[in-house]
Amino acid sequence: MKQHLPHQAYILNHRTLNIRTMSERQIDYDSLKTGGFMRQRQKDLFAFRLRIVGGRVEADQLRALADAAEEYGDGHIHLTTRQGIEVPFVHLDNVQSIRNDLEKVNLHKGTCGSRIRGLMACQGDTVCPRGLVDSQDIAQKLDEKYFAMGVPHKFKISVTGCPASCAKPQENDFGIIGGVDPKWLEDLCTGCSLCQEICRKDAIVVEDGVVTFEREKCDFCGDCISSCPTDAWVIDKTGFTLLIGGKVGRFPQLGVNFAELVSETEMFEILDKTIQFFNENAHKSERVGDTVNRLGMETFKKAVL
Amino acid sequence: MKETKVDITKSIDTCGEVCPMNMVRTKFTLKEMAAGEVLEVILDEGEPVRNVSRSTKEEGHRIIGVV
Repeated sequence: MKQHLPHQAYILNHRTLNIRTMSERQIDYDSLKTGGFMRQRQKDLFAFRLRIVGGRVEADQLRALADAAEEYGDGHIHLTTRQGIEVPFVHLDNVQSIRNDLEKVNLHKGTCGSRIRGLMACQGDTVCPRGLVDSQDIAQKLDEKYFAMGVPHKFKISVTGCPASCAKPQENDFGIIGGVDPKWLEDLCTGCSLCQEICRKDAIVVEDGVVTFEREKCDFCGDCISSCPTDAWVIDKTGFTLLIGGKVGRFPQLGVNFAELVSETEMFEILDKTIQFFNENAHKSERVGDTVNRLGMETFKKAVL
Repeated sequence: MKETKVDITKSIDTCGEVCPMNMVRTKFTLKEMAAGEVLEVILDEGEPVRNVSRSTKEEGHRIIGVV
């Protein structure tokens, strides 16, 4: 629904650029219509946005990007605020050529407008010592399933590997945070109180060798597990904490935590239902956070959980 | 905590040092020590305690106790 918005943007470009005077075969209408070519203030020039997942770019892709920037752009690339890459100063006539060149190294056209945007992610547990889940893998799966899907307004997703939240899930329409539920094994505990010392949420109190864990205070960061000298704290469950409605821009608000430590399968189900909820309830030009604000968090939760 | 009697082989004080220098010094000191020897590391509270304990554990050392 409401997929007319990007088309309107295209019509505007069409008029502004007066492309009717150009030969039809030079113009890749499809590329312009489905987003990814961002109109510049200079006549006939576009910034070509790429489909980057979780900020990961291979070395051969970087070489191809450097070549493309020199051949079709003005010799530079732009790193976007959401881990994306754009090649600015691409002439309308070269839209198809730059696409073809970069497709060869598996770099595909990005998106813009009222769609599910490029996936953001931290490096996760394959690189980061803190990471609790494989954020890159999750982002890849999300990209395959949802990238550029038409929705009532822009919809941004970010995956972060732990509550440190480096990939800023709070600033995205749908934020995903990896977490672990800790379990204390009394037999292995020496009562050293290191866990009490390192817990940022004051969820652990150690008194006379007895550990009290207040789970409602826990943010599932796993610091107690990774630093316990005797492995008396272990992972009980790994999952994802979900946030809804985050955005920056003119009317910023942080995403609100609405589901704790759900499984990967549950996370995908909840996201499907969230998109359905958004499609069915959004007013024109309304971000999902505003839809939830208007209808209430309880209504949203009832619909998706 | 329970009192543990251990013979400390060596002691280093990393207070005031910036991450990851406290970790690097701990690591290099441990490298020069023999298996079974005990290193005492004095750390600033907060982040250093969190990071150094996790990293030494990951590298296969055993944390005997925290005082």
